[in-house]
Amino acid sequence: MPIMTIDDLQRILVSCAGEDDATATVTDSAGRRFDDLGYDSLALMETAARIEQEFGVKLPDDEVNDARTPQELLDLVNGRLATA
Amino acid sequence: MTGPHHEPVYVTGIGVIAPNGLGAQQYWDATLEGRSGIAPLTRFDASAYPAALAGQISGFEPKDHIPGRLLPQTDVSTRFALAAADWALTDAKVDAGSLVDYEMGVVTSNASGGFDFTHREFNKLWAQGPQLVSVYESFAWFYAVNTGQISIRHGMRGPSSALVADQAGGLDAIGHARRTARRGTRLVVAGGVDSAFDPWGWVSHLSSGGVSQVTDPARAYTPFDSAAAGWIPGEGGAILVLERAEAARARGESQIYGEIAGYASTFDPPPGSPRPPGLRRAAELALADAGVTPAEVDVVFADAAGLAGLDRAEAAAITGIFGPHGVPVTAPKALTGRLLSGGGPLDVVSALLSIRDGVLPATAGTEDVPGDYGLDLVLHEPRAARVATALILARGRWGFNSAVVVRAVRD
Repeated sequence: MPIMTIDDLQRILVSCAGEDDATATVTDSAGRRFDDLGYDSLALMETAARIEQEFGVKLPDDEVNDARTPQELLDLVNGRLATA
Repeated sequence: MTGPHHEPVYVTGIGVIAPNGLGAQQYWDATLEGRSGIAPLTRFDASAYPAALAGQISGFEPKDHIPGRLLPQTDVSTRFALAAADWALTDAKVDAGSLVDYEMGVVTSNASGGFDFTHREFNKLWAQGPQLVSVYESFAWFYAVNTGQISIRHGMRGPSSALVADQAGGLDAIGHARRTARRGTRLVVAGGVDSAFDPWGWVSHLSSGGVSQVTDPARAYTPFDSAAAGWIPGEGGAILVLERAEAARARGESQIYGEIAGYASTFDPPPGSPRPPGLRRAAELALADAGVTPAEVDVVFADAAGLAGLDRAEAAAITGIFGPHGVPVTAPKALTGRLLSGGGPLDVVSALLSIRDGVLPATAGTEDVPGDYGLDLVLHEPRAARVATALILARGRWGFNSAVVVRAVRD
């Protein structure tokens, strides 16, 4: 079972919610809040759907919303994958 | 009469995205030089369809105009609208960040929504399942999305609306924006933009029954010609910046293209009714609203459907007001096709630039106007003319009629 890396998350976020030259990449900012990085709840919902397709892990909306940073989302996904 | 409810509302910025030009100046140069944006549709393979010519925008690279974060969530029509709004605000020298957010509004019209985006997401729905459909489909399809995206991008949180009335809706948006400004909003971004050139959108155009099947781009859409064979659908439109006279002057640095002096809309009686269609009444009400007599009108920008029955009805409405050959009439949309909600605002732009430059654009392609239409149609070449007042007409399918009067502002 593959484990999701921060680069995977970066790639998926860009594919779902676009790229912004002015904002630091998620890879460099894993601990910053999604709000500060310019990702809103729709962007995260789209990202969660894409993670489900790619990694086969179902992420309930409320748990995705509780993940405030890229690192927290990554931990959520990898935690699920580890117990799958 | 003065007071806030009658105060003049001026156009202080223009953004055009048209099949024959990106930006107001490119569009206007092409229009006066007779350069057409009508060509074989290339957005998809339309060769098996009964009609395959369109007024298609080319040379627009979305990533050059739209922030990366907005690309995954916007239909092509919304990208056009965002670009045109940017250009209009730049033209008006408006720094939205320096104005109060609740004092700026957005009023746009849209007739077809985000067809192309939705078509792609529906393909995913059918082929791969609902979990593959983009969350952004929730609003990317929607008629109000252009108003919403412009509002968010520029931090404009004042009174905002979206109007839907097929090809008449763009003039309704300008009329409602004037009303919004008079109610106290200091700046209103207003206009209309449409695009529906994916296979599903194309079928929706064809279902109207009015699309020309002529294959020569120069002869396919010839409004008021004895050989008129229908219209060509186009994409794009125009976005304007409207400000009350006092607000425009207070800001100081704005140019003034003209005043939105009159507006009215009417609805046709049901099919089979003995009552006449509503276009003439819309025009008369708009002139009355502007306090303008027919003799003061220097040019009419016609709806110009390009079908004999509709052309004849419009000619009757115009000659009913102005008399036979009583006013120059023109239809620069012969070079762009009919842009749905974008058509009226683009004609308003042409009228304002006619005022600025003292020239009437021609109706390209039209050669032989039936004598009993009684129209003085501007043919072949632009016509030099002093223009102080212009009437713009638009009709939408299913009975919509709208008219706007624009007037020169002489300080």
